Amino acid sequence: MRNDNTTYQDGAFFQRDRAWHPPALTPDYKTSVLRSPKNALISLGNTISEMTGPVFGHAMIGPLDNDLIRNYATTGDPIGPRTIVYGRVLDENARPVQGALVEFWQANAGGRYRHKKETYLAAIDPNFGGCGRTITDDEGRYWFRTIKPGAYPWPNGVNDWRPAHIHFSVFGHAFAQRLITQMYFEGDPMIWQCPIVMGIPSREAVETLIAALDREASLPMDTLAYKFDIVLRGRRSTMFENRREGN
Amino acid sequence: MVQRLDRLKESPSQTAGPYVHIGTTPHFIGIDNVYPVDLGSLPVPPEVKGERIVITGRIFDGSGNALRDALIEIWQADANGLYPGRGEHRGTADPAFSGWARQPVDGTTGIYRFETIKPGSAPYSDGRPMAPHITFWIVSRGINVGLHTRLYFGDEEAANAADPVLGRIELKSRVPTLIASRSDESGVPTYTFDIRLQGENETIFFDI
Ligand SMILES: [Fe+2]
Repeated sequence: MRNDNTTYQDGAFFQRDRAWHPPALTPDYKTSVLRSPKNALISLGNTISEMTGPVFGHAMIGPLDNDLIRNYATTGDPIGPRTIVYGRVLDENARPVQGALVEFWQANAGGRYRHKKETYLAAIDPNFGGCGRTITDDEGRYWFRTIKPGAYPWPNGVNDWRPAHIHFSVFGHAFAQRLITQMYFEGDPMIWQCPIVMGIPSREAVETLIAALDREASLPMDTLAYKFDIVLRGRRSTMFENRREGN
Repeated sequence: MVQRLDRLKESPSQTAGPYVHIGTTPHFIGIDNVYPVDLGSLPVPPEVKGERIVITGRIFDGSGNALRDALIEIWQADANGLYPGRGEHRGTADPAFSGWARQPVDGTTGIYRFETIKPGSAPYSDGRPMAPHITFWIVSRGINVGLHTRLYFGDEEAANAADPVLGRIELKSRVPTLIASRSDESGVPTYTFDIRLQGENETIFFDI
């Protein structure tokens, strides 16, 4: 037997609002020029192949997976502002998405990534790896501890810099909800100078990627907190589903 | 004024960037001490039922160069056409099979490789069978929103001809971009599925 909640969540996903997301071609972000499909996407809608998705159990998460201050360190804490990031994973119906795997990665406080193809001259931090992951609880909540990443220059314009950001990868309840995005920090003027951010068509949409500084969730004399909610595609109630032949 | 719809907007997508491996496949770039393994990289366990296959290929940009920093995830049904994980109400999939895998393309050659099983047929939304297929999701630097496509199998000609998704594609000349060719030279059936982001023979990508 399915309960009402399961039935509610069973329907097809809302159409992705492509005008809200950045288009494939954003010429000011030069790499997109040769990596953007020119043909229109073919509208497939949802079949069972898109309405299903993998499940990740809490058992796969290690005790330090959501603590980037400790999960790589060997000789001490990494350098940088101690930071908590917390929030909820919701769907477009504002319902919590429980059991969602959330992965995150970032540069260190100097804006340097730990990656073999990274060439920025800022120093590697021997105690910072830069990756973490967690799974949302029954109310869709997640949190992790890290250091605030630094801004960094990147080869695009001759003097382009990325604002401080954390990359997020999120699995919802179906492959149709799969999402990768980036979180920015409240008050950073560089957000509005970044060709990757500015590929997002509206200021309103950009603002949904800016985490809010939350003094109340901060730990006094210890760690500042930022709140970042992530919204995945919503889905129709099966109450309203089309009747199909044979059903 | 009217009442408000109490809905939220999906978080806008942003590129995975060139350093996607740090968060998704850290062992691939030498970050070995945070997670035990790269998620989605383990081989299909021996007890999983189904024909073992290899899928390999490259992703080409509009100038014909292979991407060397992309990440691919695949999602597929088991040998009986049942999906593991959430959302499958027709039965229970092979419990040993996860249905999901993730691989970076090689940092030098751009070649990706998955070892998996051949999926069975699953039904389209109207109940007609879909030909066996594997969902591909591609992210990388320069891709603003992850791209969805499907691999169909070149040795399933009859099923492909009857597939309701392929049948909806108006420009029939583009259908072959979704069909992987089979070779048995290595002893394991190997399907080559190259993806072209742009240009001649641009792969079909789906709005799902
Ligand atoms: Fe980045």
